Amino acid sequence: MLTRRTLLGVIGAITLSVTAPVAMAQEEIYIPLISKGFQHQFWQAVKSGADQAAAEFGVRVTFEGPDSETMVDRQIDMLAATLANKPDAVGFAALDSQAAIPLLRKAAEAGIPVVAFDSGVESDIPVTTATTDNVAAAALAADKMAEFIGGKGKVAVVAHDQTSRTGIDRRDGFLNRMAEAYPDIEVVSVQYGQGDQLQSTEVAKAILTANPGLAGMFGTNEGSAIGIVNAVREMSATDLVIIGYDSGKAQTNAIREGVMAGAITQNPVGIGYETVKAALSAYRGEALPEVIDTGFYYYDASNIDEAKIAAVLYD
Amino acid sequence: MSAVIPTLAPSTPGKPKSPLSRLIEMGTHQRLLAFASLIVLLIGFSLVSPNFMQTSNMIAILQATSVNGVLAIAATLVIITGGIDLSVGTLMTFTAVMAGVVLTYAGMPLPLGVAAAIATGALCGLCSGTFVAKMKIPPFIATLGMMLILKGLSLVISGTRPIYFNDTPGFDLISRGSLIGEIIPALPIPNGVLILFLVAAAASYILGRTVLGRYAFALGSNEEAVRLSGVNTDGWKMAIYALAGGICGIGGLLIASRLNSAQPALGLGYELEAIAAVVIGGTSLSGGRGTILGTLIGALIMAVLTNGLRVLSVAQEWQTVVTGAIIILAVYADMMRRKKA
Repeated sequence: MLTRRTLLGVIGAITLSVTAPVAMAQEEIYIPLISKGFQHQFWQAVKSGADQAAAEFGVRVTFEGPDSETMVDRQIDMLAATLANKPDAVGFAALDSQAAIPLLRKAAEAGIPVVAFDSGVESDIPVTTATTDNVAAAALAADKMAEFIGGKGKVAVVAHDQTSRTGIDRRDGFLNRMAEAYPDIEVVSVQYGQGDQLQSTEVAKAILTANPGLAGMFGTNEGSAIGIVNAVREMSATDLVIIGYDSGKAQTNAIREGVMAGAITQNPVGIGYETVKAALSAYRGEALPEVIDTGFYYYDASNIDEAKIAAVLYD
Repeated sequence: MSAVIPTLAPSTPGKPKSPLSRLIEMGTHQRLLAFASLIVLLIGFSLVSPNFMQTSNMIAILQATSVNGVLAIAATLVIITGGIDLSVGTLMTFTAVMAGVVLTYAGMPLPLGVAAAIATGALCGLCSGTFVAKMKIPPFIATLGMMLILKGLSLVISGTRPIYFNDTPGFDLISRGSLIGEIIPALPIPNGVLILFLVAAAASYILGRTVLGRYAFALGSNEEAVRLSGVNTDGWKMAIYALAGGICGIGGLLIASRLNSAQPALGLGYELEAIAAVVIGGTSLSGGRGTILGTLIGALIMAVLTNGLRVLSVAQEWQTVVTGAIIILAVYADMMRRKKA
């Protein structure tokens, strides 16, 4: 029976000791960010940008996101718990715009400004959206691809998904640019690997098998791009131009080794930074533009170590 | 802290107990222990954060419990028979998608969508039950297969796109509306929570007061003995899996209504959280023993813990560590008690 008492004690002790330091910091401005993910390197880079801004402006920032980008309900629970803390402003990257609207409305009623980041929320509640212009970024990928393959040939796309805003924008940004500007390039296949490296590998292998003589492939996010690289390695394919998206160790290595021609990088650090900055402005009642473009770059082996690029790449 | 703990651990160590009190203890102790942990958590969080104990946050916790609670109740039924159901999460999603097909694609009225979700759930549960009872596939494997089949089918049928329920007025009220709030405006408990408690009451009644419930426990304790005494064990087992499936259908309606959409990619990982709630609530994974009330408390503990750590802005990495530790502690406490009993 002593055990039981001890156990209850331990449970209580964990609760209190883990949380005790938090109770002291009540006065400073509090801006929680609810993201689409947490343990992915991309989201960790967003978090580091948010932390930078927090240090610079002297505000308290927390960062949370569900384990997987499918867990729409878990993200809503996170938002609910966060609103209970009466934050001064909230950063929110919606997994599903519609599902979050009742809670966002509640935030608006409580006078808590909401800043959308990464992908927009289909609602007029957010005061602004800090995001990459994905359509323009994917169009740049199409331009680079065309340049490498000499303006003609067959190419394919491995996209991360067909439902999220980023998935749709990057796919269409690439496809539309190809259709408009490069009549001699044919996009033979667009397939989806859910951003999962292994699934994307299988998808890319299937495309390679089905299309001998393929000139290039575009992967719309980190997992998709790495999937293509894996497929090329496993099938020992040569002469394939790969354009990737985002960064991460595996992708930057592939670029350094020459397996991948180059990649588009968003500025995840900038997304986190701009979100906190905008949230603070909104809290102070300052006017904000409807969209804050956080920028994107094309990088390859030649400029990967330049300060401007290195600062936005993550491992 | 020392002010809190002793009041919650009122037992007297070391004294020999009468058989009667031991018997009472066996039935209620685990629930008391789980309940005590729940109270400790609630008090602990309230002491540390002034924002924790608010009506709106308590409602957020109940809301967060509703889906996991319903799935955990389904899992409890199967686990009591000595089986396991890994498909509860993706079955929930599949039933939500089927509700979407009936309501949004086919444009049929709301009650038909509700019926479709529950019937789909029961049918899929019956399939799992058939694999387990008739084909003698171990429950772990049978429901693992079912989990993947249903995940795939959800994506196929929905075309991997979320199905929205914007054309079905009232659908979002299944989970988001509040009948209680209309009667007592100060207490806007969402219908989803009300449904969870109704499902719990019904499952509790079935387990405690019906033949089906008695056979569920008997199957979990000693299936061979039950079979040798002339009972159609296969049939009863299939009935339990079907019932659990139907309950997952209710879970599917709750989540779809809450999100106002059927999200086809969702559901993987939810089975483990449901099983965690079941285990924290004192149901034995080896079958033959368990209560719905325990499971309900287990699900609440999970939700309170997650919410509380969030309200206290504990770093997310540590939230996961703490949750894992609590699960192990809860089960260890249960084992210690059993050893002594």
